[in-house]
Amino acid sequence: MIKSIVITLVNLLFINSIIAQSKIYGTVKGNKNKNLIAASITIVGTYDGTITDSLGKYKITTYEKGQFTVEVKCLGYKTTTQPLYLDNKNVEINFILKEEINELSAVTVTAGSFEAGDKKRTATVLTALDVYTTGGANGDITSAIKTLPGTQQVGEQEGLFVRGGAGYETKQMIDGLVVNNPFFSGAPDIATRGRFSPSLFKGNVFSTGGYSALYGQALSSVLLLESIDMPERSEASASITSVFAGASFQHLAKNKKSSIGINYGYTNLQPYFSVVKQKQTFSIFPTYQNVEANFRIKTKRNGMIKFYSSFSDGKMGLRTIDIDSVTLKNQFELRNNNWYNIITYKENLGKGWKLNTGISFSTNTDKINNKVIDNNNQPTITGKIYIDSKNFILRTKQELTVLRAVAEKRIKGISVVRFGTEYWFANNEYSFNGFKTNFKDRFTSLFAEADIYLTNNLAFKAGSRFENSSLINKNNISPRLSLAYKLGNKGQMSVAYGTFFQKPELDQIMQYNNTVINTGFNKATHYLINYIKNTSLQTFRVEAFYKKYNNLIKTFPDTTVNGNGYAKGFEIFWRDKKTIKFIDYWISYSYLDTKRDFLNYPSTLQPSFATPHTLSIVTKTFILKWKTGFNLTYNFATGRPYYNIVYNNNLSKYEILDEGKTIDYHNLGFSLNYLPNLGKKNAKTFIVLVASVTNVLNSNQIYSYRYSYNNLNKVAVTPTAKQFYFIGCFLSWGVDKTQDAINNNL
Amino acid sequence: MKKIILCLTLFISTSIIAQSDKFNAAMSSSIKEYEAAKTAEENIAIAQKFIRIAEAEKTEWLPYYYAATIKAKMSIMGIGGDKDEVADEAQSLIDKAEALSKNNCEILVIKSMIATAKMIVDPQNRYMEFGTLINKYLAEAKKADANNPRPYILESSNLVNTPEQYGGGCNAAKPIAQKAMELFNSFKPASEIHPNWGKEMVEQILKNCK
Repeated sequence: MIKSIVITLVNLLFINSIIAQSKIYGTVKGNKNKNLIAASITIVGTYDGTITDSLGKYKITTYEKGQFTVEVKCLGYKTTTQPLYLDNKNVEINFILKEEINELSAVTVTAGSFEAGDKKRTATVLTALDVYTTGGANGDITSAIKTLPGTQQVGEQEGLFVRGGAGYETKQMIDGLVVNNPFFSGAPDIATRGRFSPSLFKGNVFSTGGYSALYGQALSSVLLLESIDMPERSEASASITSVFAGASFQHLAKNKKSSIGINYGYTNLQPYFSVVKQKQTFSIFPTYQNVEANFRIKTKRNGMIKFYSSFSDGKMGLRTIDIDSVTLKNQFELRNNNWYNIITYKENLGKGWKLNTGISFSTNTDKINNKVIDNNNQPTITGKIYIDSKNFILRTKQELTVLRAVAEKRIKGISVVRFGTEYWFANNEYSFNGFKTNFKDRFTSLFAEADIYLTNNLAFKAGSRFENSSLINKNNISPRLSLAYKLGNKGQMSVAYGTFFQKPELDQIMQYNNTVINTGFNKATHYLINYIKNTSLQTFRVEAFYKKYNNLIKTFPDTTVNGNGYAKGFEIFWRDKKTIKFIDYWISYSYLDTKRDFLNYPSTLQPSFATPHTLSIVTKTFILKWKTGFNLTYNFATGRPYYNIVYNNNLSKYEILDEGKTIDYHNLGFSLNYLPNLGKKNAKTFIVLVASVTNVLNSNQIYSYRYSYNNLNKVAVTPTAKQFYFIGCFLSWGVDKTQDAINNNL
Repeated sequence: MKKIILCLTLFISTSIIAQSDKFNAAMSSSIKEYEAAKTAEENIAIAQKFIRIAEAEKTEWLPYYYAATIKAKMSIMGIGGDKDEVADEAQSLIDKAEALSKNNCEILVIKSMIATAKMIVDPQNRYMEFGTLINKYLAEAKKADANNPRPYILESSNLVNTPEQYGGGCNAAKPIAQKAMELFNSFKPASEIHPNWGKEMVEQILKNCK
């Protein structure tokens, strides 16, 4: 009896579990009836489930009984659930999943911009390390950026000359705040380095056009530099090189919530210029001192307060043969002081709100003492006004205060709106041979933009900007629009349109009674289309653009805004870290067709800072066995036009007396960095030895020509020496800075 | 009658035990499947199975641990999708495991492995961030359980793959591998379904580094 009960029970249980088997099967699809592969299907609360096969089909066998929920998950799609009653039957359930818009899979609006160092890997093009290891760039951000498409190889003036634009048409912003004097002050016809070390920034966005409504006052381009957050750890470092020496200390609090740092640098070119002869002689060898300080504090809500201050003092004096005479020399002496301060505060306010604010103040003073001197280096007066007028003392002081606040609100999905305001107060003082002028400008802007993601594959950015300048007493409104469409297979297309305004350069419109000539904003309209294909190790990008210039300043016959011009062309960029093992290389090619009529141009001309073809090839490799990195950069540009534009008294107008094209530009730069202690576990000091040389092939480089007053003497503008050599030793303690291949002082 | 009651009692208690038996059984069979898995599809399927077990159980770290291990290895081998995305999945799984079991040597070993997976995608730019993490987690793992061979297995494997100039190579790896072997010989996993992998890795290193 008992036996049979037990047997029955056991049998019942056993049979029950055999019979009680349900089959669930069906398909999982996305939009457009696309089969979803490897989507997971789970009967929630049980172990039962499966993944879809290559046809999007699935089949689950389960012994469970009762009320359950089936859950379907697939990356890039919204998770879907469905109730299900299991009672030994076969059920077919077909799922259609909705796409989920998220940052990982969504298209990014990238027309016109190169993002670098951003965590979002679709955008990584150049990082701080890339800047340091670009051969020939000598750790200068601008020089490294010049290997990207859209830029010109202009060597006689600082600045980025982008797509037919002059150097002043590109603005640099640190954390969104415009920087007034981003380059060291220098002598005429010599490009200077940027003031800011690449290691101050975690990333940069280089936009060659069609940029966001958040920024303004740049007709051609913006270089957005984003400062680093907390340093990785505390450390001390020192450097000694052929041209400078420095020391810095950075302290990170134990709780990693705050940090403080100082840096001192001393540059003196006397030893170098004594060994490597320059075409000039020096009355004062260039020397600079630079002190920097910073602190950073993390706030409770993961916001951040950052402060950075940099003071520099520099002097130089150089003598060149005077272009207007055979026996005399021109002596240019400069003393520069620059003080830059920035404090920014960003905060998450909750509920999708973010706030970015900042204040910066900078003051820059240049004292130029220019003299015509004789063979004994004594000042002389010749009685010829065109020579004697070169005896002058010019003192300029430029002060700029910037206030900026931008609020960001996340709306549906990953779409966001941003809006904000800026106020700039500029004070420019000039003293020319004791004659003083002073210009003040109160500049206000209001701006708003929205990034709207319609689907993962389609997004647009629309914005607008209002600006007012008190000095020129004008307003402008500039709309911006860009659209991005994902083509699949990691490729995407973008188009962008926008109008861009910029105040005229002060020296084009200033008068000697503290007022300016009534003109207006210069205007550029950008149209561009691009295709970009990105994987984590390769980037391909091609972009075509058309840019229309209006309201450029004409200085003759009267100063008006009747100047105009255009620029059009296309650019190709290819970066590859994958194909050749251990070699990282990129190639940029730019084609540019541009003409403009501005300033005293007698007609519409190709400006002297633009050439049709520019090519850069950058390669880097690190040979582990030798602990040495080798970096080679080749820049090529076709010749640039030059003009001798002269006023003809008889015809009462400007005319071109002479014109021509410079020879093609070639520059092969090379650098190596040797890391002797790399990988040594107990090494207390981390050492980087750097050697570099520009223009390895010793090519002749001619940037332009200058003409004498009588137009008979034509002198080529060339670099101060054909080549620049650099050797340096960088040390750091407290950290194995293994990959920061070159110390942050360079 | 007594016997019936006894039988019923037995029956009831088995069904209570059954739940954990079911877990153990599912885990053991899944671990076997995982050891046999070769293709990307097989690996995805078995990782998903571990995730289902983890989500059904809610308090067990082991299924998350295995799912993360599979994803980490897939990322390193470069199968089943973008290396970065697969490593990110592994990271989110191991985070869930860690939420259930803190200061766990086995979990820290996998965190180190995931950091390696992230680093090797772009070593030049990522060494600073992930190179530090690799060693940090290994150090924490050793501290969490000094008798566990797996931190040493991973360390010796990392060393073998590092050039000699950088303090790697056989000479550096061999003593660590030997230590791993010693620990392995005395290591007893807490249960059949607890991690016990890596012996072949050490044997291979010792064989190659004679």
